[in-house]
Formats: sequence, structure tokens, C-alpha cells
Amino acid sequence: MSLLVGLFFAIGTYLILTKSLLRIILGTSIISHGVHLLILTMGGLKTGGPPLLGLQDLPFTDALPQALILTAIVINFATTALFLVLSYRAYKVLGTDDTDQMRGNHDE
Amino acid sequence: MSWLHIMVLVPFLFAIIVPVIYRMVTPRIHTGWFVLIVPSVIFLYLLKYIPIVSNGDSVFISVPWIPSFGINYTTYIDGLSLVFGLLITGIGALVVLYSIYYLSKLKESLHNFYIYLLLFMGAMLGLVFSDNILVLYVFWELTSISSFLLIAYWYQREKSRYGAQKSMNITIFGGLAMLAGFIMLSMMTETFSIREIINQTDSIYEHSLFLPAMILLLIGAFTKSAQFPFSIWLPDAMEAPTPISAYLHSATMVKAGIYLVARMTPIFGGTAEWFWLVSSAGLVTLLYGSLNAVKQTDLKALLAYSTISQLGLIMSLLGMGSASLYYGRGDEASMYAAAVLAAIFHLINHSTFKGSLFMVVGIIDHETGTRDIRRLGGLMHLMPISFTLAIIGGFSMAGLPPFNGFLSKEMFFTAVLNASDMSIFSMESLGVIFPVIAWAASVFTFIYSMIIIFKTFTGKYKPKKLEKAVHEAPVGMLVPPVILSSLVIIIFFFPNVLSQYILKPAMGAVLPAYSQPGEIEIKISAWHGWNAELFMTIGVVGAGALLYLYLKKWIGIYSIYPYSMTFNNFYNQGLGKMEDMSFSLTKRYMTGYIRDYFVYIFTFLIIIVGGSLFYFDGAAFDASNNAPVSIYEGVLIISMLTAALTVLFSKSRLTAIVAVGALGYLVSLFFVIFRAPDLALTQLVVETVTTALFLLCFYHLPEMRRKAERVKFRMTNLVISIGVGAIVAILALSANGTRLFKPIAYYYENSYELAGARNIVNAILVDFRGIDTMLEIFVLGIASLGVYTLVKLRISGRGKSERAK
Repeated sequence: MSLLVGLFFAIGTYLILTKSLLRIILGTSIISHGVHLLILTMGGLKTGGPPLLGLQDLPFTDALPQALILTAIVINFATTALFLVLSYRAYKVLGTDDTDQMRGNHDE
Repeated sequence: MSWLHIMVLVPFLFAIIVPVIYRMVTPRIHTGWFVLIVPSVIFLYLLKYIPIVSNGDSVFISVPWIPSFGINYTTYIDGLSLVFGLLITGIGALVVLYSIYYLSKLKESLHNFYIYLLLFMGAMLGLVFSDNILVLYVFWELTSISSFLLIAYWYQREKSRYGAQKSMNITIFGGLAMLAGFIMLSMMTETFSIREIINQTDSIYEHSLFLPAMILLLIGAFTKSAQFPFSIWLPDAMEAPTPISAYLHSATMVKAGIYLVARMTPIFGGTAEWFWLVSSAGLVTLLYGSLNAVKQTDLKALLAYSTISQLGLIMSLLGMGSASLYYGRGDEASMYAAAVLAAIFHLINHSTFKGSLFMVVGIIDHETGTRDIRRLGGLMHLMPISFTLAIIGGFSMAGLPPFNGFLSKEMFFTAVLNASDMSIFSMESLGVIFPVIAWAASVFTFIYSMIIIFKTFTGKYKPKKLEKAVHEAPVGMLVPPVILSSLVIIIFFFPNVLSQYILKPAMGAVLPAYSQPGEIEIKISAWHGWNAELFMTIGVVGAGALLYLYLKKWIGIYSIYPYSMTFNNFYNQGLGKMEDMSFSLTKRYMTGYIRDYFVYIFTFLIIIVGGSLFYFDGAAFDASNNAPVSIYEGVLIISMLTAALTVLFSKSRLTAIVAVGALGYLVSLFFVIFRAPDLALTQLVVETVTTALFLLCFYHLPEMRRKAERVKFRMTNLVISIGVGAIVAILALSANGTRLFKPIAYYYENSYELAGARNIVNAILVDFRGIDTMLEIFVLGIASLGVYTLVKLRISGRGKSERAK
């Protein structure tokens, strides 16, 4: 499980380091998946039932990471959307999605 | 809060309302009239402490400021701080009065001027009255800042900006050194109070930090008081308006260093290091200043160098006086104690005659439009009052009777002669240098004093070289220098009154052995027989007069010394070099390519997280908490891997987007397995919307071109990404293997009773951590606003491209 998280991070990082905007966005998406799994792993895996009271009389999994992840998913959605539209806008205006070409003047 | 505290705060408070006054009264009344009230009232208020202090008492009032750190706003009045307080407010009142006539109420931005001036006044009062060293430091830096603002008052001139920056650089550098010294002091004594530190002097003498703290404090004092070689900022500070030069850069701020040295004398004094550092720095500065003053052609620059030299004189007197602490009590001790008395006496005298000279120079500048002595001359008949004032000030500076400068100069000679007989601190061999330097410097002091008086007021009147028709200054401008000049004469005739009420208490503050009145009998008198001091003075006058008369013959030797060897040049070169270096260094890593910045960030992540894991031995693997991998999970993991790798290697953007979507769904399946139904649901919804969004934009975004990127580029990326992945994997494993705390989730078990919810996750989100969720909604709202504007907004031309950047 942890190895999977590491792999997600590796792939995400590689994508972010490329020059294409779309790949960068996809990279952040993958990293955020990695983050979610990381938090979930930290809470301990499969140690009980779902955190619903009254369902059964079993010990349930740690609910706190789940709450955190829930927040993270939603925030991640918001940033991805903003990022996507921003890159769309940048492409419309500048006619490129290469971050190198988007750079301003050299003497800035 | 007592009245005393309020008095220190009054200038700051008044500064706040100055702009309001300025707006209300301009252009009818000069704002300065209102500001004048502040120093006058404080001055009168401080007068009431003279009887208390002259009885050997001191006033100590403390108000807690940051009690948890032991920082109190403590005002402490003893002889020394009272002298400074009176100088600050007394000269301050005169300077404000003078500035009313010096600065036009129509042309100048007076509110700025008076705000800075009041800021300075308050800071300076706070500095001398505070007992807490950290509070003292804060006020110390405030004076540097207000000095910077005042020098750059005419900020449209390049030289003003240069001078302001220079003074700022040097004094703040010294201030920081001083702060380090203060911290060392408080480490040794575990207190921030100066008085308590003084009580512990014996115990810290052997401490290993004693000497570093002393040197650092002295750097602070020497930069502030323009001691050699930090003196280079003072001549450039003369770009400030003349009232400011008279106030900050001769009468008060530059004496803050003197104050610090005097204040610290009970702590460090009596040691050979302190004696040599302070007195030799003072003597070198004395000589350097007086030598340089002679060659100046700008009157204010001349006065600046003379101030440097006089500050050196006071500093060296304090250094010699510190020997008194070595002896403790007795005849020898009181002999050197006289040097401290002379230091404080000369401090006051210098403020009076130098203040008046600055004001006279300001008058000349104001009335003729120049301060260049090559263009001036023959003003005696046109400006008779100014001429008289210049004679009083100049002769006093030269050390002639019947002016106060004569008295303190004689005492200075006595002190150096005593010092040359000293049998401690290896003075037996080197002591003879003291009177020689003192005498030579006095000769040059005499010469430049004569230059000020006679080059400007006698000789040929050159109206063609002047821009204005010259006449005497308005009365208001003459009143402050007249007051100061009359003080110069009054002090000469009644020095012992001043000594009784002001000088001796101040000396008692520097030398605690003499803190009670009547312990020491030092009589200041103008005539004490035909002794060595008198012959020295006669020699000074004779040699000085000769050299002055033949000035033209030997002034050329100054040009022999190359400019490239001056400290000024070192400063300029050093500053330029530093700017170039930092520019090229920054240029090297701030490439402007976003990818490079990502590389930095990720590299640091690897180094710091990996390094600390390694360093603290944090990487722990413990398989006991791991859950066994079932077949479902195995399949899931493999499919997730496939999806992720597809994203990595896909050539088509559609494939990549679909693969990311698939990844998201697989993650949500994972959530199901790991007993997180809410997460799975949310993830499903979000993933659907995200993929839809991607596909929407897909229509507009360009094809993912796989560019022919260089191998090196891709290798770097590969290495970094593998590094990040490995680090995170180790982190996750270690987190799994290490359990420091019991999970706190059990606290939420009673969510049904508390929040009425059976779903704990929901209860956490909407109830226990409701504020978090609210902020999350904020984030969503802001993001949606951003998306909306980006899609809808149509900005034309320039704005568009800027936004895209």
C-alpha cells in the first residue's frame, strides 16, 4: 500500500516536471490521490467496520483520517477545476501550453 | 504609567496629530509653532528632577510590558540620563524654533519633517531613560530610522538618498552588533535591567563572553557616535536640512554612542581592554576628524568632521576616566574621575557651541545660497550678529577664554597628562602618546575654527559668486543661536553651578563610587596658575595661528593621500560589489522557468525529509500493523498501477484523461474496501465531475505533443521523481510502523449523544470541526468565482496578456 503511494508520487512528480500544462494538471491529480491514500494508510487499514454507529458492535476504523480525506477530496476538486480553467484561458490567450514559452521577457 | 512614561510617549502621540494640524493651519501659521510646545513642556518638566538627582537620588518607575519575557518599560532617571534628557529637549526646542524660519511653510512638506523630528525626539528620550536593555535597543534603532528619514528629507536629491542609505547601513550594522552584545550580557547575568547587571559586575568579569560582549557593544557605540573608522557616514549625513544637522548629527543622536559607553562604564570599566579600546578609538578619531576638517571647503562638511573629532575627544575622556574604576577610591581614582566629569562637561559645551555654529552656517546658507568657503567672504559688515555668534562658537571650539570650550579643553589636557603618568595597563611605555595626539589635534581644531570664522566673514566680499543679495537673517532665526551662545559665555563664568547640579550627578552615574554628593571635590576654574595645561594651550594658539596664516603653503599635502585608500572608497566599492554579486547569484537560480522552481522544491523535499528521516533514525518498518493483502486488493493495485503508467506513457491526451479518471474510480473502490463508505461516495461524484471538466477543456486544449526533450532533462526529472516517490513511500511505511499515540477517534464515539449523528465522519465534519468545513466551503466558493471569471471575463489587449502571465 505504501509502495503504491510512493509510486503515485513518483509518477505525479514526473508529470509535474514536464512542460505541458495538461500533464502538470494530471500530475497534481495523481499526487492528490497519493495523498488521500497516504492519510488513509496512516489511520491504519482494515482494523474494523465502517465508522457508523449502531450498525454492528464491532470496533470501527479511525474516522478522523476519513474526515480529513473527505475535506481533501473536495478541495482538490476545487483546485483542479481552477487550474484547468486557468490553463485553458492561458492557452486561449497565448496560443501555447508550454510553460517555457509562457515565460515573460528575458530581461525581467 | 506615570507622568514620566507619558513624557517619553508624548512626542510619538503628538506626531500622530501633526498631519491634522498641518492640514488645518497651512498656509496661515507655520506648523512648527505647535510642535514647539512638545520639547518645551518636556524640558520644563525634566527641570524638576534636577534637585532630586543632585542629591544623589535616582527615580525608578517600572511598567510591565512583556512580563513573560522579563521585558519591562522601565524609566530610570539618574544624573546621566537627565543630562541627555535636558539636552534632547532643550536643543530640540531651539531647533524647532529655528526650523520655523529655516523651512518655508509654503514650499516644504512640513508635516513629514515634524513627524520625523518628533519620532526622533521620542526615540531618543526613550533611549536615555530606559533601564531595560532590550527596550533601549528598540529605541536605539528607532533613532537610526528617524535619522535615515530626516537625512533623506529632500529625497529628490541623489546625495541625500546616498547619505541616508549610508548612515542607515552603518548605524544599523552597529545596532545589530550591539544587540548581540546585549544578549550576551543578559546571558551572563540573566537579567535585562542595566542596574541589576551593574550589581553583578564582579561575577561576570571572568566569564568567557565578557570580552565579546564588550567589543560588540563598542561597535554599536562607535558606529552611532561616528568613531573612526565608522565615521564616514557623518559627513554624508550633512545633506539633511541644517536644523537636523544641528540637532541629530551634532547635539543628540551621535551622542547616543557616548551615552552607551558612559552607561556601560560601570560594567566594563576598570579593565585594560575597555580602557584601551575606548580611549584609543577616541584619540584616533579626534586626530582624524581634526585633520580632515581643515581641508574641507563646504562649511557643513567642515563642521561634520569637527563633530567627529569632538566626539572622539569625549570618547577618549570616558576611556581615561574608566581607569578610576580600577583604583576604586582614593586620590588616583578621583584624578581619573575628573576625566569623566570633563567628558560630560565637554558634551554639554559641545552641544552649545556646535549647535550655535551649525545654526550660523544654516543662516549663511539660507541668506547667501551657498556654503562653499571659496565663494564666501567679507560677510562681516553684512551680517554682524551672525559674525559675533560665529566668533563665540568658533573661539569656544578652539578652546579660548572666555568661553566654555576653554574650560573643558583645559580639563582634557589635565586628563591626558594624568593618563600619561599612569602606571597600569602598560601605560608606562605608551602613555606619552596621549598628550602628543591631544596637542596635535587641538592645533588642527584651532585651525579649522579659524577657517570657519575668518574665511567666511573677513576677506573680500564676492557678490558675483552669490545667488542672492545678502542681508542679516530674520530675528527668529537668530534667537536660538543667541541663546546657545549666551550659554557658552555663562557656563564659562559659572561652571561650578552647572557642575554641582548636573555634572557631578552624571559622573556619579558613570562611577558608582561617587554617586553620593560631597564624595569628591572637583573645582572647575579658568585660572589655575602657570601650569602645563596653560602652556599647552598657549602652544596650540601659537602653532595654530602660524599654520593658519600659511595655510595656502601646506594645504596641498592633503592631496597626496590617494582617494582609493580612504574608507569612503572601500565602503562604496564594497557596496557595489555586493550588489553585483547578489544580482548575479540570484540571476543564476531565478531562471524564470517554472520547471526549474519545481526541481528546487522537490529536491529540497527529498533532502530535508529524507535527511531528517535518516538523521533522527525515523525510518522504521513494522509489519505488525499491516493488513494482509487479499485478492481483491491485489487486482485493484495492479489495475491502478496500469492506469497510472498509462497516464505517464500515453501519447494521446484522451487516453491520459480517461486513465486519470479510471485511477480516481479505482481509488474510490479502495475506499470501499477500507471501510470508508462516505469517501467512496464523494470520490465517485468528484471524479465524475472532474473527468467531465477535463473532457470539456479537452476540446480546447492542444494535442499533447511529445517534444524532443533532451535526455538530460528527462533524466533529471526521472531521478527527482523516483526520489520523491521513494521518500514518500518510506514515510508512509514508517508512519505505519510507528504509533506514538493512541488514535483519538475514540473520543468521537459518543457522537450520537453529542451531535445526534450515527455517522461519525459526518459528525466530525459538520459538528465537531464545523469551522473547518465552513472554510472548505469558502475555498470552493472562491475557486468557483475564479473559474467563472476566467471563463466569462473578456479583457482586451494588455490586461489579457498580463493575466495570462
